Amino acid sequence: MKHLLSAGDLSRDEALTVLDTAVRMDEALAGREVKKLPTLRGRTVVNLFFEDSTRTRISFELAAKRLSADVVTFSAKGSSVSKGESLKDTALTLEAMGADAVVCRHAMSGAPHRLAGWVRGSVLNAGDGTHEHPTQALLDAYTMRRRLGRVDGLRVAIVGDVLHSRVARSNVLLLHTLGAEVTLVAPPTLLPVGVAEWPAAVSYDLDATLPKADVVMMLRVQRERMGQAYFPSEREYSRRYGLDRHRMGLLPDDAIVMHPGPMNRGMEIAAEVADDPRRSTIVEQVSNGVSVRMAVLYLLLGGAQ
Amino acid sequence: MSTWLIKGVAPYGGDPVDLLVADGVIAEGSAAGAQVLDAAGLVALPGLVDLHTHLREPGREDAETVQTGSRAAALGGYTAVHAMANTDPVADTAGVVEQVWRLGREAGLVDVRPVGAVTVGLRGERLAELGAMADSAARVRVFSDDGMAVHDPQLMRRALEYVKAFGGVVAQHAEEPRLTEGAQMNEGVVAARLGLTGWPAAAEEAMIARDVLLAAHVGSRLHVCHVSTAGSVDILRWAKAKGTRVTAEVTPHHLLLTDDLAATYDPVYKVNPPLRTAQDVAALRAGLADGTIDAIATDHAPHALEDKETEWGAARPGMLGLETALSVAVLAMRETGLLDWRGLAERMSAAPARIGGLPAPGLVVGAPASLTLVDPAARWTPDPAASASRSRNTPYAGRELPARVVATFLRGEPTVLDGKATR
Repeated sequence: MKHLLSAGDLSRDEALTVLDTAVRMDEALAGREVKKLPTLRGRTVVNLFFEDSTRTRISFELAAKRLSADVVTFSAKGSSVSKGESLKDTALTLEAMGADAVVCRHAMSGAPHRLAGWVRGSVLNAGDGTHEHPTQALLDAYTMRRRLGRVDGLRVAIVGDVLHSRVARSNVLLLHTLGAEVTLVAPPTLLPVGVAEWPAAVSYDLDATLPKADVVMMLRVQRERMGQAYFPSEREYSRRYGLDRHRMGLLPDDAIVMHPGPMNRGMEIAAEVADDPRRSTIVEQVSNGVSVRMAVLYLLLGGAQ
Repeated sequence: MSTWLIKGVAPYGGDPVDLLVADGVIAEGSAAGAQVLDAAGLVALPGLVDLHTHLREPGREDAETVQTGSRAAALGGYTAVHAMANTDPVADTAGVVEQVWRLGREAGLVDVRPVGAVTVGLRGERLAELGAMADSAARVRVFSDDGMAVHDPQLMRRALEYVKAFGGVVAQHAEEPRLTEGAQMNEGVVAARLGLTGWPAAAEEAMIARDVLLAAHVGSRLHVCHVSTAGSVDILRWAKAKGTRVTAEVTPHHLLLTDDLAATYDPVYKVNPPLRTAQDVAALRAGLADGTIDAIATDHAPHALEDKETEWGAARPGMLGLETALSVAVLAMRETGLLDWRGLAERMSAAPARIGGLPAPGLVVGAPASLTLVDPAARWTPDPAASASRSRNTPYAGRELPARVVATFLRGEPTVLDGKATR
């Protein structure tokens, strides 16, 4: 594995290796006073963030630092990128500085693919436009496995703005690879033309889906979608596709509720659902993100050899 | 004027003959003193005519000039090109179209026929002075806001009507703009997977449907640029069956390439209208074969390297086409048995000449000796660095293509010999 650009690039064995490695990372750090492993000492990881994303950036930074890598964070704001430097020039600059891995977040789909053609180091897609966010899918699978003991055979409902969601795309691919049954739930306007070809079922009816779900994953609805006629109003969206306490009651007993964050409380998810100590995994997802990203960096940078 | 004897050439791939070229026309009589060109095994076609070329001058001379674009055209077997109006400044006045026309004459490699903008600045708000452009030295007959559709139906109706006074035609880039906001590629399975905003086929088809109804209502000619979907072919077939005076073109790339190439995220495959599906390609080929689509037009769209070496979403749409058009047409249409050489000549020379208001090309005695000689047995692989264009954005790099232009004559003077431009 040279790059991680799409969750679809991972075979079942590779995906399981990442998840198993994340477990080992957790175990290695557990009980340590100094939360640091020497594994990537001397390696340089560049976080290249063309789009604001505090939580993903911090998660990758922490992951690289816990592996003792040298970490440089390069944000579009305040760097030469905001002065009009092209992606290619940025790539060549990083190349000249000897980056072993580039973690790239970009508002345009496919930007990490382009980057991978211009640098020698590994490229890790940390979210590109409306395309993919593979480490989010890995941390979600890791969370399911920790909570429910497996991914294979789980029934997962992914609910919300699938059309614009990189989280949904990566999850559909990875969960399919790992043997879960995915159902996408959204108003028809927020499903892409061509979704019928995805390895997932489609439903417009959340209430009918919840009783048969082991996992329900709520997607963020961007405020800017309002006024583009995807749905009539926030209230109507919330009534038909929001997860409130009543709907949470339709879930099987041990089902879990996930959200990649940041949440719109009261829109796609009610506050009492997000904070439900038994079902909600939202905070856990954040900490699992660090473990999974450590695993990916470790594997990409040849730490396994 | 030079005299040439083209020996053993096969007009339209038929029986070999000797063609005498003298005083700029195809001649009869003595070949004494003529320079001899051994054309055994070569096919002669009338000079190709392109209805849709972006020469980028004035304004983006870093991407292409009239000179470099003319050379690429001659190397592709063309003797006339229609230069699109989306230059900077826009070709929306007699002054700009005359400038482009004059640059074409100076280059002297092909007849450069400027296309005039339909609306001022391509803004779709008010008509440009179409009559002034028609009456200018450039004698503009094709008008287009290419790149944008004339989306206001009332303005489109008026344009269709107005150009009747001087035998003009409006060439419409059919794209309903509200349906393609932010669009990056064909809307469908591939776009859904790649997370790129879709350009729905219906945005093209809806505009063509509207325009054929308007053209029929006012009894005007309409030309539809770069048709790209199966549904568009159906609408054109329906309109033609009803007797509507509509013509249409298809690009070489829409006859060959499909949207799955976008999976590389390499913007060399980004073009507008976008590459579609294999079903669309099949329908376009069938439509071109049965005459529903009249012509092949390149939509040659040179772009500077920095406009393509970017993220897909930041790249400009467009592909080079002049040097590869005939080869791609042979691959898509002749090698599939859909068109023979005479059919290709009709779609790439006679029909576009008719639509553009040019004299009918031909390989008959007395006709202007504007012709091209093609080696049908050659195979070649386009190399972007070797292109005569100032730009490098060919989607065919590394892809083996059939047939190669060996020589081109413009009114009796060679513009290409041995596969090389003469100037």
